[in-house]
Amino acid sequence: MEIQRKIKFEGELSRDFLDEIKEMSHCDEIDRCIQCGTCSSSCPMAIYMDYPPRKIIAFVKNGFREEALKSFTIWLCSSCYTCQVRCPAKIKITDVMYALKRKAIQEKVYPGQFTIPVLAREMYRMIAKNGRSSELWLILNLYLKSWNPLGLMKMAPTGISLLKTGRMSFKKEKIKNTSQLQKILKAVKEDGQ
Amino acid sequence: MKDYAYYPGCSLKGNAKHYEESILPVFKELGFALEELEDWNCCGATAYFAVDDRMAAAICGRNLALAEKEGKDILAPCAGCYLTLRKSNQYLANGSEEAQKILAVLKDVDCEYHGQVKVKHPLEVLIQDVGLKTIQAKVQNPLVGLKVACYYGCQLVRPFTEFDDPDYPVTLDQVMAAIGATPVEYSAKTKCCGGSLTGTIEEVGTQLNYVLLKEAKRKEADVIVTICPLCQFNLEIIQNKVAHKFKEKFDIPVLYFSQLMGLAFGLNKYELGFKRSIIPLSPLWEKIQRGG
Ligand code: SF4
Ligand code: SF4
Repeated sequence: MEIQRKIKFEGELSRDFLDEIKEMSHCDEIDRCIQCGTCSSSCPMAIYMDYPPRKIIAFVKNGFREEALKSFTIWLCSSCYTCQVRCPAKIKITDVMYALKRKAIQEKVYPGQFTIPVLAREMYRMIAKNGRSSELWLILNLYLKSWNPLGLMKMAPTGISLLKTGRMSFKKEKIKNTSQLQKILKAVKEDGQ
Repeated sequence: MKDYAYYPGCSLKGNAKHYEESILPVFKELGFALEELEDWNCCGATAYFAVDDRMAAAICGRNLALAEKEGKDILAPCAGCYLTLRKSNQYLANGSEEAQKILAVLKDVDCEYHGQVKVKHPLEVLIQDVGLKTIQAKVQNPLVGLKVACYYGCQLVRPFTEFDDPDYPVTLDQVMAAIGATPVEYSAKTKCCGGSLTGTIEEVGTQLNYVLLKEAKRKEADVIVTICPLCQFNLEIIQNKVAHKFKEKFDIPVLYFSQLMGLAFGLNKYELGFKRSIIPLSPLWEKIQRGG
């Protein structure tokens, strides 16, 4: 058995990580965390997470970059905002989770066929093209791009109920002024680079 | 008070058609002539914030600018749209360099925005602009004896908390009481349904919804009442999976608050989208007819 050191030495920590995430999340208060655990005890997803929110905040505060970005926690966060409204240090924890998702996507440190970043991207593409998202196409693309035909099969009975009740259609929704929206997206994108 | 521009978002044109079919006539009955915001685009939902928050604010900025041009505030029945539009509104008003840049981009494409638009959810409007007394006065067929579990979920009451409590909101219960129904003590009312996790990390989504259904059953609710398309979808669709996985059949109808309001107001029952329910509604009709 290979014994691994779990504790990081000072020199191995990422010094810029805290500032990067502060900026991305628009939350300056991250290092005011008192590690009270209110967030973890409030979080409906904590029991499924590899690290509870309190530890994620500690990672960010102390420069544990890989631990935070590779955690399953950030993808399990459902943006329910329970932790955020309760945190005594007024840390915008949900926004920190969002920032970590963005960073993980940018640095491509998530499991290859993981559906959440795929869903985010597909949605992003669909809106850039049509201005609106059509649920059926989004779902189809999601399962195709994440190579999950089995998942699609399992969805079939649901799909049939939805079609029967007229709650799903093959029509693609589209706005009139797509060129205006595309100009906005292009300009914002160029601004960010 | 400004008029409201109705912002359906993608869900109310998709799986949540019955939300649109009920919210429009109910608000008409209450004196609001709701017109759809002309050429609105998708709010980007939570997905956009996970990819690029500047983009998220920019595409919502287009909607806000469109409403401002019409001289209206926005009425967003989907809790996801409501949150995303409000969050972007706040972002664009924060005076940061990023926000200024986005506003400049919007201006360049004839979408100038001056921060004059408020974003509201119908429940908020019912409480703040309409009032419970007016609602009560409209009731023709009080839903006597109907036990309802009011489910608020997350994004309507958090993180923006001005109109109700983030942990223990009561306004939906009040509206349901005003139309004659009996709200049960639903302690899971703000526990998350998992949002899009039911599609992406299914096992977790199923368990979360199981807890919500179980609690509604324990409190002997006849129906779960929702204010958000994603919550409605999850709680209804998951019942099939839950029956398999936990060997427990619920068959609890999950309806929009506006559907029950329309019913109580005496509007045409066949035009309130009840036919879109996947869970059979016959026990519910019997109960309403019996008066509890
Ligand atoms: S609730 Fe706030 S202060 Fe407490 S551990 Fe979580 S982030 Fe830190
Ligand atoms: S916002 Fe995310 S981290 Fe916070 S309580 Fe909800 S699921 Fe947990």
